[in-house]
Amino acid sequence: MQFGLTETQTTLKNTVRKFLGAECPLAEVRKQMETETAFDAPLWHKIAEQGWTGIIFPDEYGGFGMGMVEMAATLEEMGRALLPGPFSSTVLLAGSLLDAAASDSQKQKYLGAISRGEAKGTVALLEDSASWSPDAVQMKASGLTLTGRKMFVPDAAVADFILVAARLDGDLAIFLVPKNARGLRITNLPAMDATRKLYEVTFDNVAAELVAQGSHARKALDRALDIATVGLVAEMTGGMQRLLEITVEYAKTRKQFGRAIGEFQAVQHQCADMLVYTESSRSAAYYAAYAIQEGIPEARLAVSVAKAYASDAYREVGNRAIQVHGGMGFTWENDVHLFYRRAKASEVAYGDANFHRERVARLVVDAPQKQENPQGVLAANARE
Amino acid sequence: MDLNLTPTELAFRDQLRSWLDANVPADWEKRRAEDEMAARFEFLRDWQKKVFQAGWAGIAWPKEFGGRGASLMEQVIFTEEMARAGAPPLANVLGLMLIGPTIIAFGTDAQKKRFLPSILSADEIWCQGFSEPNAGSDLANVRTEAKLDGDHYIVNGQKVWTSYGWAADWCALLTRSDPNSAKHKGLSYILVDMKSPGVEVRPLRQLTGESEFCELFFRDVRVPAANVLGQVGDGWNVALGTLMHERATLGAGMQVTFKRQFDRLVELSHATKRNGHTAAEDPVMRQKLAQSFIEIEIMRLNQMRAITRINQKGVPGPEGSIQKIFWTELNQRFQQIAAELLGPYVQLTKGSHAIDEGGWAYSFLRARGNTIEAGTSEIQRNIVGHFVLGLPKSY
Repeated sequence: MQFGLTETQTTLKNTVRKFLGAECPLAEVRKQMETETAFDAPLWHKIAEQGWTGIIFPDEYGGFGMGMVEMAATLEEMGRALLPGPFSSTVLLAGSLLDAAASDSQKQKYLGAISRGEAKGTVALLEDSASWSPDAVQMKASGLTLTGRKMFVPDAAVADFILVAARLDGDLAIFLVPKNARGLRITNLPAMDATRKLYEVTFDNVAAELVAQGSHARKALDRALDIATVGLVAEMTGGMQRLLEITVEYAKTRKQFGRAIGEFQAVQHQCADMLVYTESSRSAAYYAAYAIQEGIPEARLAVSVAKAYASDAYREVGNRAIQVHGGMGFTWENDVHLFYRRAKASEVAYGDANFHRERVARLVVDAPQKQENPQGVLAANARE
Repeated sequence: MDLNLTPTELAFRDQLRSWLDANVPADWEKRRAEDEMAARFEFLRDWQKKVFQAGWAGIAWPKEFGGRGASLMEQVIFTEEMARAGAPPLANVLGLMLIGPTIIAFGTDAQKKRFLPSILSADEIWCQGFSEPNAGSDLANVRTEAKLDGDHYIVNGQKVWTSYGWAADWCALLTRSDPNSAKHKGLSYILVDMKSPGVEVRPLRQLTGESEFCELFFRDVRVPAANVLGQVGDGWNVALGTLMHERATLGAGMQVTFKRQFDRLVELSHATKRNGHTAAEDPVMRQKLAQSFIEIEIMRLNQMRAITRINQKGVPGPEGSIQKIFWTELNQRFQQIAAELLGPYVQLTKGSHAIDEGGWAYSFLRARGNTIEAGTSEIQRNIVGHFVLGLPKSY
C-alpha cells in the first residue's frame, strides 16, 4: 500500500509550483483580479504550452492522457498560487463534460481546442434556484433553440463556447452554444472572489448544438461534476496550505510582549488546527481522485466526503489565518483575504457541505450496506 | 498511489480472519457489560493465552523472541481484523505493545530471557509507571526516587493513572536515579516486581465508574540493580522508545471500532422516532450522521497516509500527533451525536431498557478521556506547533 505521490507525480507537482511561483505570484493575482475578466492571454498560452489544459484528456484529442491523481496534484498547486482565470471552468468542467458526453467529431473540434489551449469553455448549469443537482434544471429547449436564464456561470465572458444543461422533451440534455451566438447575453455578477468571475447568462431563442441527451447526458454531467469537484478540493487544499505557510511565517516574525506571537500557545494551537484541517483535506482530495481513477464503486461517496470536509475546512483555516494576523489580517493589503474570498467561493461551488452531507446520508444512512464486513483502513480498498 | 494489499498481505489477512472467525468468544460484548472487573480480566487473560498458543501474540516482535516478525502492514491488518471481528483486547496489552518492544530494544540477554516469554503468554501482566501527581503532561518532572544501595535500588515515590495497576505482576517504572539531576537527565527505567514489600496499589475510580487505573505507592521498595533497563541515567530515552512504539498502529483498530459503532447507530436511527418520523429521516440527524461518517472516513485516509510515511521513514514521527488530535475529538463529537439520536435512552446504563447493554452511555463518558490520555490535546498541539510547524517552543 502506498498512499502518496509517485516520484513522477511529485516532479509534476514541483514543476507546477515552480512555474506558478515565477509566472503568477500574488502581485500578479492582484493585477488580474482587478481586470474585467481575470483572464491573462499570455499566461494562458504558457499554461497550454505545458500541456496542462489537456492534462486528463486522451491524446487522440490533443490531451496529455494523465490520471486524476496527477490532475489533483496540479490543481493543488494552482490553488496554492491562487491562479486566477478560467482553468477549472475550461478544463475540469467543460473539458470533462465534453470528454464524457460529446461525439467523436465534437471532441475533435471542441475538446481538441481546449487541450491545445486554443479555446476556453464553461458550463451553465445553475438557475435561479442555485441548486447543484442536475434534477433542478428547468430551462427548456425547444428543438435546438434555448430560451431562459442561467446563473453563477464561471468565466462566461472569456469562454469561446458554453455547455448548457436544459430540458429537451423533459429529458436532461447538454447543448453547446458558441460565444457569438445571437440572443446570448452575458452579465457580470460582482462577487466576493474577484479572481474568478461569475456571470448571469440569458438565452433568447439561441440556436444550439446538441451534445447529449437523457441518461447519457446525466451520467456525463455527474462525471464532469465529480471530476471538477475533486479538482476543486485539491485546489482548496493548496489554498489551505498557503494560508498555513503565510500564517506560520507571520507568527514566527510578529513580536508582542518581547517575543514571537507563535510562542504563545493560544496562537500556536490555532496553527496546529490549521495543519490538521489541511492534511485531512489533502487525504480526502487524493483519495477521491484515486477512487475516480480506479473506478472504485464508492467514488461518488469519496467525492462528497472530500467536498463536505474541505468546504468547512478551508473557511475555518481562513478564519484562523485572519485571527492570527490580527489587525493586519483585516486589511486589503494583506493577502489572507484573497484566499478567504476564494474559500467562500469554493465552499459554495459544486455543492456546499450541507449538500454533500445529504448526498453522503443517502449513501450511508438510507442504503446502508449490510455491515458484516466494516471497512478497515486497508480492507476498503483491497481488490481480491 | 496504490491502496491494494499484496498477495502475501491478503493471505495473512485471510488466515487471521478465519482463525478469528473460529475463535473469537461470542459472549464478549455481553461480558463486558456484566462481569466484575477481576472476572473480566481473567477472561481476557485466557483469551490472550489462546491467541498466544495460535501464534498471534506479539506479532510485531522478532521471531527469535517468540513473535512473528510481522511487517508494519501486517500489524495494521492484525489490529483491524481484531476490531472487525469484535475480538476482546489482549490482557497484557501494555506488555505486548510497549514494554516488550522496549525490553527487546534495550534489554540484556538475561532480561529478555526472563521477561519476554511470560509477556506473550500473559502469565505475567505489566503496567507502566510513568505519570506522577506532578509529572503529567510535564513527564520529565518525574520525582519518584531510586537510590542505589549496594546491588539494589531503594524506590520511594508515587505514580498515578496507572492502567492495569491492580492486575499487574510487574511495573516498568520511570524513576529519578540521580537526585541532583533535573528534567530529562538522571532518570532510570526500572523493572519492578509488584509483589515486592512496600508496593501499594490503590484503585482509582474513574468518571465512568470503573477502576481501570490505579495509584501506586512505593515505600522503601528494594529492586535489584540488574532490573534497570538500558543505561542508568538514560531512562528518558528508554521511555521515549516506548512512547514511540505507542499507537503507531492503534489508529487502524480505532477506526474500525468507530465504523462498527457508526453502522450500529445507523441501524438504530431507522428504529428511533424523532419529530414524527424516524431519526434516519430527520434532516438534522441526517446531517449529523453524515458528518460523523465523513470524519471517520477521513481518519481512515489520514491513517493510510501515516502508515505510508512510517513505511518510508522507518519510524513514527510527530505527525502522529495530528492523528491523535483528529480521532479523539472526532470520537467526542460522534458520541454526542449518538447521544442526541438515542435521546433519553442514552442515560440508561443497564437493565432491559438500556440500549446495547448501556454501551452508548459508557462510550459517551469514556470519550472524555481520549483527549487527555496518552498526551492531552494541548500537548499534541504543542508538538505539532513546535516539531511540525517549527514555531518556537511554548513551554
